[in-house]
Amino acid sequence: MTLNRRDFLKISGAGAAVALTGCASRPGPSARAHVVVVGAGFGGATCAKYLRKWGPNIEVTLIEPNDKFVSCPISNWVLGGLRSMDDITHGYDRLPRHGIRMVKDSVVAIDAGRRVVTTRGGASIGYDRLVLAPGIEVLSDTVRGFKEAEAAGKVVHAWKAGAQTALLRRQLEAMPDGGTFVMSVPAAPYRCPPGPYERACMVAHYFKQAKRKSKIILLDGNADIASKKALFTWAWNTFYPGMIDYRPNNAPLAVDGGRMTVATEFDDVKGDVLNVVPRQRAGEVCHLAGARNDSNKAWCTVNLATFESTTVPGVHVIGDSVLSNLPKSGHMATNHAKICAAAIVELLAGRQPDPIPVVSNTCYSATSDTTAGYVAHVYRFEAGKGYVAQPEGGATAKGDEPNFVFAESWSKNIWAEVLS
Amino acid sequence: MHKKITLALVGFIGLALCGAVGAADMHTQVIASTCMTCHGPGGKSQGKIPSLAGLHKDSFVKLMTEFRAGTRAASIMKRHANGYTEAEIEAMGAYFASLK
Repeated sequence: MTLNRRDFLKISGAGAAVALTGCASRPGPSARAHVVVVGAGFGGATCAKYLRKWGPNIEVTLIEPNDKFVSCPISNWVLGGLRSMDDITHGYDRLPRHGIRMVKDSVVAIDAGRRVVTTRGGASIGYDRLVLAPGIEVLSDTVRGFKEAEAAGKVVHAWKAGAQTALLRRQLEAMPDGGTFVMSVPAAPYRCPPGPYERACMVAHYFKQAKRKSKIILLDGNADIASKKALFTWAWNTFYPGMIDYRPNNAPLAVDGGRMTVATEFDDVKGDVLNVVPRQRAGEVCHLAGARNDSNKAWCTVNLATFESTTVPGVHVIGDSVLSNLPKSGHMATNHAKICAAAIVELLAGRQPDPIPVVSNTCYSATSDTTAGYVAHVYRFEAGKGYVAQPEGGATAKGDEPNFVFAESWSKNIWAEVLS
Repeated sequence: MHKKITLALVGFIGLALCGAVGAADMHTQVIASTCMTCHGPGGKSQGKIPSLAGLHKDSFVKLMTEFRAGTRAASIMKRHANGYTEAEIEAMGAYFASLK
């Protein structure tokens, strides 16, 4: 079988080869470049959509194994009983209207030299540019016993929204009043810096409604609350006094799903529901492309003006897999996607990408069922410096009701922005 | 303030070099699109966050200028508005006004 990266696309199962006309070799208004995007989360789906919007002549293939989009943002609200799994689960049915070719499959190999990805289903798909948006890979092996406890359905991380979110909610519902919820926070960098502390708020809210004698122990692998410290300290003191036992510098070393304990350097912590969130790294496909290239081979370093890998030409990485000073949030991934899509459109057209992109982050966290706070920053790219946070950015020190209403509106708008 | 002027100048030179469909125009489209992450696709919002589509340019520029100066009560928008140059705010205002 001969593959030409510029003109070959074979979808196995359909049994048909769809020829795409070339790009760089045949410049001009009729040239059709092909961009493959891997992962239809906040970053990938947005990138595919904006590639088509800003580059209507570009062929875009979006590869995603899951049937549905399940949002990590707002998934803590499901644990708190504020929302259901249905509320955070959305279909991909509106994306093809942008002219995006959706392929329901996983990528198992990437030949970055010949510019071809291979899927589990056996398709070989050539690309001119590749965008990797896989999110995180959870490093289950870094907490002894976690894999076994997870396989047995005893302990979950629920750090990728989906079945584990629903299972953790059921475990909390089944827990007797007076029980203890033990959650661990990985050492930074990890997906969604404020997420663990919002989760503590949401579980505490649920306990306050349904299980008033219950407690939360938060084992933090960091030296302090890693994000929105003033907001969460205020919330814990205001709404949940005496309910949350916060223990910094307590990274979990092992978990025992039989005895229901989490071992730290200091002691074994017993709980009725254990929620261990191990450390993370860039998704597996980044490794397949050779783009997991930081000093620990954990995250991807990119040219932050284009999100192209610093070491693998033609491969762009967006979202949580990127190592940078930008926070690992779904909102940020959505905005990486736009910078990246614009840069790819310009590069494929032989133009210079914007040398001074500007990107913003907005992240709401619920502190109760009626209050929320946020962190927001604008980052301006400066040559030699990367993204520089502008001085007026920052976080709220307290939650309030208007921000809860804005957080609800934000979730509806970002889901629509990504998926419709 | 000096930095903001410098950046505005860079943006202006970019516009002059690249023309209407070059990097400067894309720069505006990209920053406007990042607003849509909160304000909804095409600038049409669901819920309490206001829509931006079809907002009169002068209204947009006045709002953003007042957010920046702190003369209009704002929480999150003071943080955002201060991150953009005056030239960018003008360009975004024109862009949102053009959306139906």
